[in-house]
Amino acid sequence: MSSRLPATLIGGYLGAGKTTLVNALLRGADGRRLAVLVNDFGELPIDADLIEAREGNLLSISGGCICCSFGSDLIAAIMELRAADRPIDHLLIETSGVALPGTIAQSLQLIPDIDVNGIVVLADAESVRDRAADRYMGDTVLAQLAAADIIVLNKVDLISPEQISATTAWLKQTATRARVLPAQRANLPPELILTRQDEQTKGRFFASGHDTAQLATVGFEIDGNGDPEALAQALADASLHLLRVKGIVRDRHGALVAVHVMGRRASVEPAPRAVQSPGRLVCIGVAHEIDAKAVADAIAARPPYSAKLA
Amino acid sequence: MITIHEARRILTFNPARPAATHVAVRDGRILGAGRLEELAGWGDYRLDRTFADKVLMPGLVEGHSHVAEGVQWRFVYCGYFDRTDPDGKVWSGLKSIEEVVARLQQANAAASDPSLPLTGWALDPIYFDNRRMTRKDLDRVSTTRPIGIMHASGHIMNVNSKALELAGMLRRGINHPGIPLDDEGLPTGEMKGPEAMTPLGPHVGLDRGLLSADEPGLRAFARLCVRAGVTTAADLANLLPQPAVDMMLRVTAEQDFPARIVPLRIAREISPVELVDRVLELGRLSTDRLRLGKIKVVVDGSIQGFSARLKAPGYYNGAPNGLWYVAPEQLREILERSLVAGVQVHCHTNGDEATDLVLDMLELALRKHPSPNHRFTLQHCQLANAAQFRRMRALGMCVNLFPNHHFYWGDQHYALTVGPERAERMNACATALANGVPMAIHSDAPVTPLGPLFTAWCAVNRRTASGRVLGEHERISVADALRTITLGAAFTLGLDDEIGSIECGKRADFAVLEDDPTEIGGERLKDVRIWGTVLGGRIFPAADI
Repeated sequence: MSSRLPATLIGGYLGAGKTTLVNALLRGADGRRLAVLVNDFGELPIDADLIEAREGNLLSISGGCICCSFGSDLIAAIMELRAADRPIDHLLIETSGVALPGTIAQSLQLIPDIDVNGIVVLADAESVRDRAADRYMGDTVLAQLAAADIIVLNKVDLISPEQISATTAWLKQTATRARVLPAQRANLPPELILTRQDEQTKGRFFASGHDTAQLATVGFEIDGNGDPEALAQALADASLHLLRVKGIVRDRHGALVAVHVMGRRASVEPAPRAVQSPGRLVCIGVAHEIDAKAVADAIAARPPYSAKLA
Repeated sequence: MITIHEARRILTFNPARPAATHVAVRDGRILGAGRLEELAGWGDYRLDRTFADKVLMPGLVEGHSHVAEGVQWRFVYCGYFDRTDPDGKVWSGLKSIEEVVARLQQANAAASDPSLPLTGWALDPIYFDNRRMTRKDLDRVSTTRPIGIMHASGHIMNVNSKALELAGMLRRGINHPGIPLDDEGLPTGEMKGPEAMTPLGPHVGLDRGLLSADEPGLRAFARLCVRAGVTTAADLANLLPQPAVDMMLRVTAEQDFPARIVPLRIAREISPVELVDRVLELGRLSTDRLRLGKIKVVVDGSIQGFSARLKAPGYYNGAPNGLWYVAPEQLREILERSLVAGVQVHCHTNGDEATDLVLDMLELALRKHPSPNHRFTLQHCQLANAAQFRRMRALGMCVNLFPNHHFYWGDQHYALTVGPERAERMNACATALANGVPMAIHSDAPVTPLGPLFTAWCAVNRRTASGRVLGEHERISVADALRTITLGAAFTLGLDDEIGSIECGKRADFAVLEDDPTEIGGERLKDVRIWGTVLGGRIFPAADI
């Protein structure tokens, strides 16, 4: 196994909507082969109509996806998965309601060829502040939120607009590095979380299925051989309000590399082997926050890269 | 056929006749203990004088061990203290890194295939003047063979350069709290915590699932039981997949299998509904020597790993609070469903905050489903204070404390983890008894060696490895300690009607001793020589096992 595997952690306390999000991503996989690893006491949390077969703790899911439970040992489960040489495009790790996704992300770097694309933490809009003050679970919930790149403030239809504002403000204070995204049924567009190996060859895509915050996408053609780390860092700057950036650019030596940003997390990885040329750099943000010119300026501030709106 | 065993002395733990010289056995059950002429009334008998110069006491009951103790002995013993293997060979404790390296070099030279990993266990460098072992120490054993040494705590592993290379970790740029780096920016070879250890495991012969024993491991464990005078031992955390259950049923049914095993199904990988259903199904498979049908829930981590959940003011050295392994809602659901189904639950809580959570959740569950005689048991429960013991009593809980910790890590608890005051009240056996909480004490083997008489010595003396008495006021009497490692542990396993004392109707389970533990004195309780055991009337001399 030499190909690199992108991984996204999905965390948050019990009942915050992790399972709903996982099912939404499986439904929107659109040809991506997802491997979902679940660590919880529950049954494997996959909607029945998605399941094709069950063998012990491993579920086969339509579209070439799988789901399995990893008990107490995530690292071993991933190593076994990789050793099985199964074709996987993206790893989704649904952590248990009491697990600390930041700690898990740190441990994932110990497995060769795994790239953590980001940590998404779900928060139940009705109860998250109570949970954070809970005698037993408070510090665990706060640590979960603090580790997030994106916090999905879920079930906002159950609270008032004033409460949404207050809770969002509290979350931004509590988890200073996270982007907060309100949602009703955790049904984020898959494009926000997943990558695809052939993404740069696709045309435009539209954020869809998200029923609260209106998301928007801007795409750029990137020219030049530059410092991709610096570029990624620039795009992760809070002032740009981007939720997600992904695309292929050339580094100083002309080699193709993949740039990933989720919230404040920026990473650069070798491009998938199938990729022949740079493609579109896709930036996703909340519609009223995203500013194409500001993004283009930020890219231009990292010469010799230059951006042309696609 | 009735056999009457004559003994130098029989400690019955039956208060109505505490001492006897003879015990009559028929079909594996005790007819009675007393004088020969009293027992002769049962009918024709054969007098067996094998134990005429021995002391009999009820077969010892280990309420919290792991059959994996039998697996560990496939690896090279690297511990600081002398320890006896299943064959009865005493491996001397290793007092320095040099001695550890030398023993590994011997094993390396003896091993035939140079590509196979070399695995060691029970390393405890805290006794080596704080010198940590590094990959360079182990590279002196071999640079071609991967080597991994598990620490006694089970929370840290040392590996050599070859093992790091095979795992892709002999590189710079690793940034992980569990992986210290050396001057060259490479891992020192000390891997702390499960996340850091797991990527190395397959390369050094420590695969996942080692805690669930295989057939040779189960057989070796049973032999260790005989050497320790143990006739019943709990295997406290097992996933119990059906093939493993089938194996255990087959092996324990063999005529010469010398122990009764009580495996608990760990709450993991399945939902509470499935868990309780599965455990009820397992319970129906129980035999005399394999008692299934109980649940284990792990609530927090360990104190020396700083992953136990402590109440304020937390760790003495300021380490952040530990980790939860179950959410309150999940714990409560397991407890409620188990109460309804009549399934017993044992909860691992090391820290006092974890203990509080179980007490809170069980109190809520009991209000909803009042359940007499549930005997839910707190396992380890090392930091419980007097108020928590009072609540245990009020809720009908049992406790299984871990006094071996005083000896092995008491000095570290005093200096580092919980500080002097709480170190002195840890594993508060006297408080538990004073509050009327049914109590067992345990080894958690292989974390510490299987040996209830040693554990009893720890509870009686509370002495650390350096000789400090850690909490004079929590010491218990020899009589209480002996009762705890028999009837006390039997009660927590729901077996006190069958085992734990020598009296009419109970199973003929005896520990056969050369010395009388009530006469040898508390200071020497750990030195009581063990001849072997009797399990259901079958005699197992340690010398032949």
